[in-house]
Amino acid sequence: MNLHFPVLVILIPLFGALLTFFTGLLRRTWAWHIAAYATFLCFAISMDLLLSVHATGRISYWLGGWAPPWGIEYVVDYLSSYILVVISFISLMIAVFAGPYVKKQIGTERELTFFVLYLLLITGLLGMVITGDIFNVYVFLEIASLSGYALVAVGKKRGAVVASYNYLILGTVGAVFVLLGIGHLYMATGTLNMADLRERLPELYHSRVVLTAFVFFVIGFGLKFALFPLHTWLLSAHSLAPSAISAILAAAVLKVNLYALMRVMFTVFTPTFVYEVVPITEILFVIAPIAILVSSVMALAQTNIKRMLAYSSIGQIGYIVLGLALANETALTGSLLHMLNHALMKGGLFLLAGVIIYQTDRYHITDWKGLGKTMPLTMLAFTIYGLSMVGIPLTAGFVSKWYLAIGALEAGRWYFIPVILVSSLLTAVYFWRIIEWGYFHEPDDPEDAQDRCHVPWAMMIPILVMAFLLLFFGVAAFIPEGPARQAAIMLLGVQ
Amino acid sequence: MEAIHSPLPVYVLAVSLIAAGLIRLSKDRPNLREFWTIGAALVKFSLVLMMLPHVLAGQTFSYHLVTVFPGLDIAFRVDPLGIFFALTASLLWIITSFYSIGYVRALDEHAQTRYFTAFAVTLSATMGVAFSANLFTSFIFYEIITLCTFPLVAHKETPEAIRGARRYLIYLLGTSIAFQLPAIFLTYTTAGTLDFAAGGIMAGKGPDTLITIIFILFMAGIAKAALMPFHSWLPAAMVAPTPVSALLHAVAVVKTGVFMILRVLLDVFGVDLLGDLGLGTALAYAASFTIIVSSVIALRQDNLKARLAYSTVSQLSYVILGAALLTPAAVTGGVMHIVLHAFGKITLFFTAGAIYVAAHKTNISELDGIGRSMPFTMTAFTIGALSMIGIPPLGGFLSKWYIILGAVEAGEFPILLVLVASTILNACYFLPIVYAAFFKPPQVAAPARSNPGHGHEEEHHVYWPWKKIGLREAPILMVAALTFTALGTILLFFTPSGFLALARMIAGG
Amino acid sequence: MEMIEIIAGKFNYWIYISLMMIGFYAMIAKGNLIKKIVGLNIFQTAVFLFYISIAVVEGSTAPILLSRAHGALTPETVIYTNPIPHVLILTAIVVGVSVTAVALALAIKIYRAYGTLDEYKIAKMEQEAE
Repeated sequence: MNLHFPVLVILIPLFGALLTFFTGLLRRTWAWHIAAYATFLCFAISMDLLLSVHATGRISYWLGGWAPPWGIEYVVDYLSSYILVVISFISLMIAVFAGPYVKKQIGTERELTFFVLYLLLITGLLGMVITGDIFNVYVFLEIASLSGYALVAVGKKRGAVVASYNYLILGTVGAVFVLLGIGHLYMATGTLNMADLRERLPELYHSRVVLTAFVFFVIGFGLKFALFPLHTWLLSAHSLAPSAISAILAAAVLKVNLYALMRVMFTVFTPTFVYEVVPITEILFVIAPIAILVSSVMALAQTNIKRMLAYSSIGQIGYIVLGLALANETALTGSLLHMLNHALMKGGLFLLAGVIIYQTDRYHITDWKGLGKTMPLTMLAFTIYGLSMVGIPLTAGFVSKWYLAIGALEAGRWYFIPVILVSSLLTAVYFWRIIEWGYFHEPDDPEDAQDRCHVPWAMMIPILVMAFLLLFFGVAAFIPEGPARQAAIMLLGVQ
Repeated sequence: MEAIHSPLPVYVLAVSLIAAGLIRLSKDRPNLREFWTIGAALVKFSLVLMMLPHVLAGQTFSYHLVTVFPGLDIAFRVDPLGIFFALTASLLWIITSFYSIGYVRALDEHAQTRYFTAFAVTLSATMGVAFSANLFTSFIFYEIITLCTFPLVAHKETPEAIRGARRYLIYLLGTSIAFQLPAIFLTYTTAGTLDFAAGGIMAGKGPDTLITIIFILFMAGIAKAALMPFHSWLPAAMVAPTPVSALLHAVAVVKTGVFMILRVLLDVFGVDLLGDLGLGTALAYAASFTIIVSSVIALRQDNLKARLAYSTVSQLSYVILGAALLTPAAVTGGVMHIVLHAFGKITLFFTAGAIYVAAHKTNISELDGIGRSMPFTMTAFTIGALSMIGIPPLGGFLSKWYIILGAVEAGEFPILLVLVASTILNACYFLPIVYAAFFKPPQVAAPARSNPGHGHEEEHHVYWPWKKIGLREAPILMVAALTFTALGTILLFFTPSGFLALARMIAGG
Repeated sequence: MEMIEIIAGKFNYWIYISLMMIGFYAMIAKGNLIKKIVGLNIFQTAVFLFYISIAVVEGSTAPILLSRAHGALTPETVIYTNPIPHVLILTAIVVGVSVTAVALALAIKIYRAYGTLDEYKIAKMEQEAE
């Protein structure tokens, strides 16, 4: 455990991006390797931080040695260490996947650009998670966002550029709102450090400035994590971006922005404010179920796999927000577990879509008939991911849904259980039809029934690892549950 | 009750899982592949048999596999009810495996490896349900059964097969997620635990309306027991090959359903609580409704398997009725019906398959005089039918007797009328088949002969060794299997000892 | 009286809100992609103005340390405006410039791919391609 780990986790991808750029000019193939090693190091550091935090408690790192509240502080506590591990792991998986994928689907001339931007994106995301200074959140948010906009546009599809532009416009509005929120808080308290804000805000809870700040934060971050009804950019961006990017967007970017809102809600503004002073939960209790149900219904109507998964993501974000609004330990644990599970599931599903598109160039699930014979391993993985999305026991998806349901019951709001169950059933319909078509139907076009496809191992391994983890965390759920519960207790408690 | 800590229950499950893997690996060597199936079935049955004496002596086996997260464990427990079910299922799997082999080879079915693999995994999951120690474990295996039987139901891969399989899945998965899962959530928050305990875990834990709601959710959520109106999956699943229908509709899927209902009634709610709330009576009337209505529907079916399917729906509700009457005699009868119906119905399905393979007939109206060319098959059919109707000296009489005793004990006289009426209805839809098979002259097989060119292709293959005797029976493996099960129904009437002892323990304990 | 106080006393809010709304309007209502970017810039600039305006302290001077040589009273009694928002806005301006750059680059790409910068025409082309 090195004292500087908290800052290394930012510096490694940052300098990695620089290194990738320069070495990539010499030898293009090194770009992928450097990206993979950098993300691996970040993951290793994150795991170490997680273990340290659980052993010794909150870690506070002063950037440059300047003491807060004047200096920027990096805080590794239960919540940020947990999210750090999730994000760094998923970024590692996608980085590994991206190697062969980018060569073919994006083109070798843009391979360097891709990995440089990817590492910058990771820098931004990890930075948002680990920082304890609220303006720093904005800085990293913009780093991540800009890389994200560029990455969406880097693919070959023509529509991706328009999707990226729309994402940029709406995303920047969101970021500017966050900036406004920060400004209002600074105006009211004179400090930017989260812990310091937490101490100074309580007496100001009823001031209009502080209330406005909170609203700006909710809307700003809400735009960035596609809270219904601020989700419109997500559909085009996730469906037209290259699959590896859809994966990182759905699995990591959305989660980090949600995390940022959680931080603001619970660490800067205490739970008292969120649950008692401002009736934000009443609003969320309406928004979340609508997001969950409407997105499931819309997903049913899609034949484009990536659009279907995009709609599904909106619903899954709804689950997490529901847990947030329910305000008890069980529900919040469920939300945090779902952040991990959804990252694995949706990340894996987008990667799977990527594999199938890489091999067969077929976007529409109606063209996937008979894939069980030509790509058996892929279809098997898809079945596991699908079962987890539905929430079949023994998969990780069941665990988070369990916690959310029990949390709803504990809060006395049993009417959310039918919402969860109906969406599970709808999810079952739109996933099962793909599984059925893959295994039990013949391809419409007879000449498609070819021999087994050979997919590059670098693409299959992340998918298989994540599928294994879904099953592993479905049975040994106590492994992620421990850190998640600690984080939930910390958020709701006195810390 | 003394609990023995032993991983034996897990071994019972594991046997056919390992076999499933081996079956997959031996896909190119059919005889080796079939060896794994038979071997696993025999080993499984022996392991269950090993545990029987201990359970009869009042001990239980328990094993805790893993704690998924605090509050939810995967744990196993072997008690009288569990081992009763396990014995029935594992014994019948042995016989069904022989029958399956005969069937798929005679018809040269495609995807045989997938078929046998799915069978093995399904039986593993069935043992899992039988030996579950809590609602979570049983739910896991309940869902696994649904998913693993899908390839079996959809086996033929024709549009009707896929449609039927979809319906099957929608009903089973839909009801379990929409009803059983919230019931489990509510049980967890009300009773604080999901572990099964003799006498129930819900007593005094919550307001009566809540307990009633949970009860209704459970009854709706265990659609595998085919309680109306959640029964439609059963006739829809008739698109499956007959051995699948035999094992599913006699043993694995449907008995899982009634087993779960029994479990929930006895070990989640408890006889006393149900009696106090009047829920037993309500369930008894729901079961009676199913018994009568599905028998009436059965009367109107011409397809043999469809008639048998509706008959199964009806017979399953006998088990539910027995349990719902809540008296020891009735519960004994209900539990006994699990094994007695299993043997009887499996015989009937076996004969339906034999008729299909040997004579390519599926409708009852085509069965005139078939008793002459397929005497063994039709005799077995008659035995099975008489057992279903409940005529001594066949097994089916035993369970009906106990249920009648139980109804009298409970003072529910309308139920007696229901039992009498259903017996008459059973006779009405089974006896005409027997009569037609033996006493009507065979139909002239006109369509085949009118095409001289196709003459000898349509000529049904006459299986060894029947050619020598001049019969047109089914392959020997199939006939042997159905003879076994038919004899079983007779045997169980005379020596039900092991099963009856267990049933008495379940009812008493 | 109160009305005037509200308007005059908080005129920085009024300015920033109006500018922000103008920018927002441009982003949403205008169909031309470049005009949207212009709107975005106005939107962001409004926020920058707001931040700077809150840094003002009455009777203050620029936040550069004065030494005695410049004829200041004792340095300790000089009032400076708050430098922190200025610093934050420097960062935000850089971000704004980068965003504009990326947006313009995207607009160029779109123009090359579609031949038009009109949002509605592009949407139509995309729909036809589906």
